[in-house]
Formats: sequence, C-alpha cells, structure tokens
Amino acid sequence: MVSRTTDDYKSMVMAGCQAVCEPAFWAGFDRSSAQGFYDYFCQLTKHEPRRASLFGLPHYTWLCINPKESEDVKLAEEVLSIIPEFMQSSNVLGVGEIGLNKNSKNEVLVLEKHIDLAANNDQLILVHTPHLEDKRKGTRLILDILKADSRIKPERCIIDHVEEHTVKMVLDDGFWAGMTLYPETKCTSNRAIDILEVFGHERIWMNSACDWGVSVPLAVPMAMQEMRRRGKSAKYIDKIVYQNPIDFMAQSPRFLDPIDL
Amino acid sequence: MENRQNILDLYFLDARSRLIDIAAFMDRVDRAEVEADFRYDQFLEALKELGGTEPNRAEKVLLAFSDPTHDPIPKATTKAACGAWSGSIN
Repeated sequence: MVSRTTDDYKSMVMAGCQAVCEPAFWAGFDRSSAQGFYDYFCQLTKHEPRRASLFGLPHYTWLCINPKESEDVKLAEEVLSIIPEFMQSSNVLGVGEIGLNKNSKNEVLVLEKHIDLAANNDQLILVHTPHLEDKRKGTRLILDILKADSRIKPERCIIDHVEEHTVKMVLDDGFWAGMTLYPETKCTSNRAIDILEVFGHERIWMNSACDWGVSVPLAVPMAMQEMRRRGKSAKYIDKIVYQNPIDFMAQSPRFLDPIDL
Repeated sequence: MENRQNILDLYFLDARSRLIDIAAFMDRVDRAEVEADFRYDQFLEALKELGGTEPNRAEKVLLAFSDPTHDPIPKATTKAACGAWSGSIN
C-alpha cells in the first residue's frame, strides 16, 4: 500500500476489507543500499500501519529483500542482517515475499538464506513465484528448496501467484496457495474461480495486488461479486476470501482475528 | 457442477469478443512486415491447445509459453519476463 493513495484505503474499507497484508516488494527500481531497505522497513512497520489505522484497517507486513533484487548477493546479505531488528514489530507476520524471479543461481542462494532466517526465527513464509514464462520452473525449484529444509512446515508457507499450471504442485506438496488477481498477468477473477472449482477450496486464498503498477485494490471484492454471479453461496465465498486467510495468518501470534478487534 | 446454459449466458459474449480480438491481433501481425519472433511462434503453438478436448486447456496454454528446463540459470540479466520462453532445447 506504500504506492497507493488514501482513496484506495477508503475504497477498500467501504468494500468491506477487514485488514491489509503487505509484503516487502520491489519498488520498481533498485534501491541503492541497505540503508534504503532500512527506511523501507521503517515505512512498513511504523508509518504505513499508522496510515492504514486512519481508515480503521489493521495493517500487517512481511519483510525481505525481494527476489528481483537478489542477484546482488552482497546487498542481499546486508539487508538480511537488518531484518531481525524489525521482526519484533507488532505487525510483522513473517518473511516475504521471498522466492525467485528469473530463477538464477544467486536468487536461489538468497532464497535459501531467507528460508534459514525464517526457520531460525519461527516465522511464517510468503513466497513470490516468478512471472509468465518463468513461473512453472521457478515454482518447482522453490518447492524443492523448501522441502529440502526439514525445519520448514509446508502448512506455514504460502506460495503466491499460482496459476493453472502451478497450483496442483503447490497443493500436492502440502503448501498453501495464493492466487493474485491482476488485470493482465497472473490470474483474472474468473480464472481464479475456475481454479477453485477444479482444485477445491482448502489451503487456498485470493488476494488483490496493490502495487505501483497496474493493479486493482478491489480485485477480491470484485471476484466475490463474480462468485455470486456464478451462484456460489455466501458461506463458500466467506471461506475463500475471509476464513482461509485468517486460518493461515493466525498461525502467527501477531495476527488478530478482525472479529476480536 | 454448474449449469452450462448459465455459464454461456454469463460468459459467451465476453469470450466471443476476446476471440475476435485474437483474430484481429493475428491479422495485425500478418499486415506488418514479416520478421521471425519466438513470442509469436509460441503464440501459434499455444493456439493449437484450444482445439483439444481435455478440460485443462488453460494449463496447456500456460505450459506452451513456459520455460521447460529445470536448472537455475547462471545469472539474471534482466528483471522482466516477456511472456514466452526465448530458449531452446538442443
């Protein structure tokens, strides 16, 4: 949400959103130093929660150096060294969004370092899977790397941005799957609903992307409307867009069920 | 199981519109100067999947554009993905 306006917050509240979950993200340009990440982590753990609270929205976040900036291993190591300081913040749910972008050897190395950080600090993991032509291969690599670490529990990891060609391998390996709704890349609402119809509604959620590019903060409420058009019950829709996210995130003691707030 | 009539009522016009958009895109490409491009080659391959009868056409189209290899690449030289795999298997 650091890229979005207050109008977006207002629209999300009016559409019924109960909380915001914001992973550390590539800024659209490379940050020049670890200090830049330090400032960004301050934004995610202090300033953005305050901004969200003005609209009555609890704000949660995830910390990492995004895979898009993982080719520079030295920078990544510097950033990794400052993350533990921020892990004590009350809105941090875990490490993310980590993963791969172009499936390079350095990206794999930095991913393994992030997994080690998460395991050592008993953190949930949010994984970004690569884009477009790189997704299938990257998702397979990521799953194999996670499974190779015996400390990692699949049910405490969500593999985001799944599509029709990756969702099965994610669910079959016991991980949670996230479907990110985008206008062009990743999933549309209708495809996400199709995936639910084919692969079921356990360990899966959908999320709206709210970044600096073309993205729709109300994508999930719009998908809810599409589910209604297809005749899905209120109970079914509630499980997908509300109960499932709560079930996953509540594995962190920092996450508070909105109903208890 | 959803009612087929309902699905067609909801989505036929939208799918028809998208299909015509694809046809118009291909006509546009044909009108342009001929130049080989791996993206369009894969696009044509992916189109063949629509003629199948298995209920996983979307998955097959995605796979048609996907990198089929398994090992990490030596170095990332770009951040962006273009939507089609530029490599080849020897």
